[in-house]
Amino acid sequence: MRGDVPECTVQVPATLREALETLAREPGRWRPLAGGTDLMVPFAAGRLADSHFLSLQRLDALRAIEPDDAGITFGALVTYTDLRRHPYVQRHLPNLVQSAKVTGAVAIQNRGTLGGNLVNGSPAADSPPSLLAYGAQVELTGLGGARWVPYEAFHTGYKRTVLAPDELLTRIRVPQPAAGFHFYRKVGTRAAQAVSKVCLALYAQVEAGSVRECRIGLGSVAPVPLRARSAEAVLRGQPLDALPLAGARAALMADISPIDDIRSTARYRRMVAGNVLVQALMEFVTSMNGCG
Amino acid sequence: MEGNRMQLDLTVNGQARSVQVFPMARLLDVLREELDLPGTKEGCGEGECGACSVIMDGSLVNSCLVPAVQAQGAELLTIEGLARNGELSGLQRAFVACNGAQCGFCTPGMVLASEDLLRRCAQPSEPEIREGLAGNICRCTGYVKIVDAVQAAAAGRERP
Repeated sequence: MRGDVPECTVQVPATLREALETLAREPGRWRPLAGGTDLMVPFAAGRLADSHFLSLQRLDALRAIEPDDAGITFGALVTYTDLRRHPYVQRHLPNLVQSAKVTGAVAIQNRGTLGGNLVNGSPAADSPPSLLAYGAQVELTGLGGARWVPYEAFHTGYKRTVLAPDELLTRIRVPQPAAGFHFYRKVGTRAAQAVSKVCLALYAQVEAGSVRECRIGLGSVAPVPLRARSAEAVLRGQPLDALPLAGARAALMADISPIDDIRSTARYRRMVAGNVLVQALMEFVTSMNGCG
Repeated sequence: MEGNRMQLDLTVNGQARSVQVFPMARLLDVLREELDLPGTKEGCGEGECGACSVIMDGSLVNSCLVPAVQAQGAELLTIEGLARNGELSGLQRAFVACNGAQCGFCTPGMVLASEDLLRRCAQPSEPEIREGLAGNICRCTGYVKIVDAVQAAAAGRERP
């Protein structure tokens, strides 16, 4: 334990307003602390510059999961365990269930939160690809009020986001997808605990034998989690019986910008991202044919 | 709490305990050093290995990743709390009889993760056991005997 424990100051606000007031009083000074599964690692290693923490543990309103006719809203403090057990999520958002299942293992899933996962800003996080494929939005709240931002626009660079120093990410909204095809695959060193080398989520809809909608979210292949806009454009409108697999794969290479790091190489990530996309599309075609 | 210790009130293994700790101290260190419960081990200190697993308010957690401030008022079960009046629990006896431990360092975490699993799922399948224990790493025995122990305990037996 090399973190400077005695030097740290922690506030435990009882309400969201109190939390926002603290942030607004000294913007950038207080580091919000949710489940701790990300922050406690660099903290204990002495690699975290922060010494002032705002522990969000009493903000129970941010633990709500609220499904409605058009989608579902998650409080930022919803855990992966909450996500994977929720009947609405199981029924309508299978990619998000998969994301939660491959995040760490049970003990991490019990503590890690969806909001924390996004604010932490890691390009290798497991839930962002699914949220991108489902067209999620995030609510950012300051003392002046709340604003909704497409999740796709949330990350601006490596570990940088549009969240202002006096704001908290408070809710995540996922519209209910129409009946369609869902695919999620994380490639890591082992099934549990590993941080991904490549992660891809895809959601697609078919109309009259052609691709009506196709959204692809990716992790670990760029400084931020991102949509594969070029690959999506190649696929949209194409007939299912002549899906341009090679064209989509080539377009994907223009969408991503992987690097060599401790977990993998840029070359491996390009190869595997392409392979996983082709796997997803082949399963898509098979599943839609299977449905007649 | 400006740079000061806080009073942390907990229920640990059924007993009310109160200690003065720094709010960002790890629950792991609070257990081992302040509460004199060194059964919980530190392996990686990064939430990867599960050696520090304890059950907090009914959920399995990595105690190395829980700041003390977030354990305020919590009910904790550690490895020291499983035996009753000097008698090992059925799960612990199954670990012994199935040789589910070798060096023993991962064992407290393995047992707590197994306890958590059996509370959620009384008759787990082998894949469910492997998923329930996926966050707990053993570097000696491999996992077969550990899985045997959990299966035996679920069946109310000690032996595989």
